[in-house]
Amino acid sequence: MNAPAYNFAYLDEQTKRMIRRAILKAIAIPGYQVPFASREMPMPYGWGTGGVQVTAAILGPEDVLKVIDQGSDDTTNAISIRKFFAKTAGVATTTATEDATVVQTRHRIPETELHENQVLVYQVPIPEPLRFLEPRETETRRMHALAEYGLMHVKLYEDIARFGHIATAYAYPVKVNARYVMDPSPTPKFDNPKMDNCPALQLFGAGREKRIYAIPPYTQVVSLDFEDHPFEPYRFDAPCALCAAENSYLDEIVTDDKGGRMFVCSDTDYCEGRQAAGHHGSLSAAPYKEKAGSHG
Amino acid sequence: MTTIAELPPGFADKMLSAQSTFRSVMDAMARPGSVQRIVPTSGAPHTMVRGTAAIALTLFDHDTPLWLDARMSESSDVVKWLKSHTGAPVVQDSSIASFALIGDGGALPSLERFALGTSEYPDRSTTLILQVDSLDAGRGFELRGPGIDGVATLQASIKPFDLFDRLRVNETLFPRGIDVVLVADDAVAAIPRTTRVVNKGS
Repeated sequence: MNAPAYNFAYLDEQTKRMIRRAILKAIAIPGYQVPFASREMPMPYGWGTGGVQVTAAILGPEDVLKVIDQGSDDTTNAISIRKFFAKTAGVATTTATEDATVVQTRHRIPETELHENQVLVYQVPIPEPLRFLEPRETETRRMHALAEYGLMHVKLYEDIARFGHIATAYAYPVKVNARYVMDPSPTPKFDNPKMDNCPALQLFGAGREKRIYAIPPYTQVVSLDFEDHPFEPYRFDAPCALCAAENSYLDEIVTDDKGGRMFVCSDTDYCEGRQAAGHHGSLSAAPYKEKAGSHG
Repeated sequence: MTTIAELPPGFADKMLSAQSTFRSVMDAMARPGSVQRIVPTSGAPHTMVRGTAAIALTLFDHDTPLWLDARMSESSDVVKWLKSHTGAPVVQDSSIASFALIGDGGALPSLERFALGTSEYPDRSTTLILQVDSLDAGRGFELRGPGIDGVATLQASIKPFDLFDRLRVNETLFPRGIDVVLVADDAVAAIPRTTRVVNKGS
């Protein structure tokens, strides 16, 4: 271990026990938010303190960790969390989705299908899907107790009345195992169908709000909608400019101040994998070939 | 009388053993009916199988009131060992227990006597740790529910024989309910409150 001054994976053992018990109850009650005694972490709230605590409580020396921030392995948040665990737990890290046993994510689900031996850990800013409709915790707790979710449907209906369609594009509410309405964290609604019947265990950690919740593998997850306005995942109508993928979630990147833009996969590992496999988009250029060559 | 120094030891490596044990229990809870192995070993008082001892060392502490059945509490060694290694308070009132250790399933009290959680806080419920004879031979129970791809079959020799009938209260109580962890030697399987038995074969 590189940092012997810390316990394995940073958290002390008593904290891990408390989080582990919360995780077990969260799995037993899919979609229910279990309160836990969230600790201060060496990073600010909003940078994944909940996800980091969940990861720290489950991580072992045999694990291979991948961390993504909006699909990318290479942004500040992803790199710093990956290094944090490489340093405090000495675990192997990867950017390849299929090689990881634990994937911590901020706001995306990888494009590559997850498998049974994986755990997906979400960083969650606001775990309560009803919070913007009802600010009182006592009331939202009662609404969950009674499965009284009419208010959420009213909110979606108001979207339709105002815009002609459900305008919620991210953090799109889902119902888990036909019981609890749950916030999938601010993932684009494009990712919602991937949560349904997923072979991997999905864990959610909200550090500031002190909640842990879970979706067990092979669990029904339904995006809320109406018969005449069914749920529709949204995607920019374009192929990826680098790998020509037609079915991945795209980021829009402004390339100049004259209205130029390009669309590229938000999942960098997926995009690089496709490029290495010989797929080329309209803007993929020679430099990538050099890079591919250096990988052998 | 047993002194503290004579008690069976806990884990040799607390942190890595607890992590490994937790992952086995987490996988069992996430995939009901699947049988997971608990690899780390520790000492254990003689009424406790090694899986139960590992779970105790992994999940119990001063925040988790424990309830012990008559078999578990008949020897003062179990209570001393739990207090020494985990610091968890042993309580007489099963309705406030975080965990209940059941050594003799045949004498399992009515499930209503344990904490079932509230509608607002269904997580505040007792987790039963039930020692069973076998998790690889016996009747085949076909299970359905979250965590199961279609149907899972658990081969087990369980007392009480009517455990799954009793667990039907979970259907009407949900989201309140009882979660059960079955332990046989180093094997562990879990029946969370969402699991339904569809066929109790012979």
